[in-house]
Amino acid sequence: MSIWEYANPKKFMQTTEVILPWVAVLAVLCLVTGLVWGFFFTPDADRFGSTVKIIYLHVPAAMMATSAWAMMLVTSLIWLIRRHHVSALSAKAAAPVGLCFTVIGLVTGAIWGQPMWGTWWAWDPRLTAFLILALFYLGYIALWSAVDDPDTAADLTSVLCIVGSVFAFLSRYAVLFWNQGLHQGASLSLDKKENVSDVYWIPLLVCIAGFVLLFITLVFLRTRTEIRARRLAALLARERLA
Amino acid sequence: MTLLAVHNLSIARGTVPVLEGVSLSLAAGRAMVLRGPNGIGKTTLLRCIAGLQPALEGVIEAAPDAIAYAAHADGIKATLTVAENLEFWAAIFGTKGIDHALDAMNLRDLRDRRGANLSAGQKRRLGLARMLVAGRPVWAMDEPTVSLDAASVALFAAAVLGHLAQGGAALIATHIDLGLQAQVLDLTPYRAKAPQDGGRRGAFDEAFT
Amino acid sequence: MIALLLRDIRLAVRAGGGFGFGLAFFLLVTVMVPFGVGPEPATLAKIAPGILWVGALLSCLLSLDRIFALDFEDGSLDLLATAPIPLEGVVAIKALAHWLVTGLPLVLVSPVLGVLMNLPGPGYGWLVASLLAGTPALSVIGAFGAALTVGLKRGGLLLSLLVLPMYVPTLIFGAEVVKRGAMGLATGTPMALLAGITAGAVALLPFAAAAAIRVNLR
Repeated sequence: MSIWEYANPKKFMQTTEVILPWVAVLAVLCLVTGLVWGFFFTPDADRFGSTVKIIYLHVPAAMMATSAWAMMLVTSLIWLIRRHHVSALSAKAAAPVGLCFTVIGLVTGAIWGQPMWGTWWAWDPRLTAFLILALFYLGYIALWSAVDDPDTAADLTSVLCIVGSVFAFLSRYAVLFWNQGLHQGASLSLDKKENVSDVYWIPLLVCIAGFVLLFITLVFLRTRTEIRARRLAALLARERLA
Repeated sequence: MTLLAVHNLSIARGTVPVLEGVSLSLAAGRAMVLRGPNGIGKTTLLRCIAGLQPALEGVIEAAPDAIAYAAHADGIKATLTVAENLEFWAAIFGTKGIDHALDAMNLRDLRDRRGANLSAGQKRRLGLARMLVAGRPVWAMDEPTVSLDAASVALFAAAVLGHLAQGGAALIATHIDLGLQAQVLDLTPYRAKAPQDGGRRGAFDEAFT
Repeated sequence: MIALLLRDIRLAVRAGGGFGFGLAFFLLVTVMVPFGVGPEPATLAKIAPGILWVGALLSCLLSLDRIFALDFEDGSLDLLATAPIPLEGVVAIKALAHWLVTGLPLVLVSPVLGVLMNLPGPGYGWLVASLLAGTPALSVIGAFGAALTVGLKRGGLLLSLLVLPMYVPTLIFGAEVVKRGAMGLATGTPMALLAGITAGAVALLPFAAAAAIRVNLR
């Protein structure tokens, strides 16, 4: 049995109908466990005080922000190469979810930055890179909504996703270069991994799993909606033809 | 010699299939007229044959760079003169000399007039003159006689005859009788069947059968 | 190909908008800034590299939607797509024509605007050099954005939304070259990166843009 069978819209609908409730429940379980554990049952950190606890939202959201774009890149390539509609529609479905995660990452970053850096916003390379990523998400979503014909829109957004990935990647490193240029090495960025001991790490892992499952749930839901909308449009077009 | 052969072609406008099972073949020196009611898919068929959009199914056989396509829009730049417009297309298609085309479409007197100052019929004549400088054997033309007066239609028919005499071929979607010895292809029987009558439904829709 | 280049330049010159508006806009942006931030020479000198680069970038953006939209509307793009020259070549040539009528004039007038912005002496050479190396990338990236939006009504705003994020690396490295140059520091690294982006964009983006145009034409 080939994995491409699931690219058939009907098969996809049947499969996700069964999987979706389980994934959703698991996502809620992981998120509740991870967040409660992280917020109430971990000690305050030496350097950060209780502000460190925002990592349980900040880190998973930021990880998913980039992962969602990576997923869109893969599904866009699958659409361009194999012309599976579900693939293109799942990329369309993932974009607003990815944008939300990016915004969550930015907002929690700003909230964390206030006590730590004394400012809501610093042009820290990492924050800036996420801001640029948010702009790419916006452009991608705008292009989807601007083109009427669904296959044309899928083609154009896929090309944009590929080219955009290259430029988002370039921007990431350009930004690093740019801020070093200003601050001469006095970087504001915090390297999380060095500071995180197991006490924080395990609930964080649970939270990350929760965010991944939440992402899958939302993308499945939205893809199902897109498939239904597409099907509806096809039926209406047929009605007009008949 | 067959210049253009189309086998069992199915095409869609947007996502809706419009024509299916179209086959035709066009030999050197022959013209074919496409007929059919509005919306049947004449323009879509011509764009498909010109290579501007993919077919759902079927094969189009033609030598590479054999087809010159004339659409509703003539691609005339308002700020360039008639001669400049034509010279540009001659250069793009790699042919020399525009005088024969100017003469054939009676544009010699308008040579230095700007595109902006041409009437609709004059623009159309310029658009058709472009076919003459394209130097390609197969003409695929979409309603070429729109906004032409009777004299200009006669000019156009003469130009097509001249093209055929030189071993070219023409595929023309039109409702006017051009006085050509042309084969007529009525597209009505090829209208795509509704899905409930066994017609194709588009790749996406087919998954739900 | 050369015929296409000459035609595009001729069209831009005759239509007027080509050179004039972009340059006027560049001038206006630069003139507006001192009104906003105050006339102190030290402040202006400090922000001059960034302002000049942002101004050049925005002026470039203004005329992007004309690269393909006019040819799309009058049917020329259909005909060019069926012409014997490859569509990738058409894109590259049209981007080059855009650069010749917008980018190059911007490069040439930039030293004058540098004077208005009180750019420090050593910066002028680097300003011209960085714009010369960077503006071709702006034209090619813009041509890609224009190709994506060519079939759309009201594509102009969307075009800016798509293209501006992609201008970030070029802007960063370009402004960095001028900044370092004005301070008398070594500019080798950002200059090389800027040129690298331009080379990469010029080499690869015509293919993506041609693919987008083919999709938009069908």
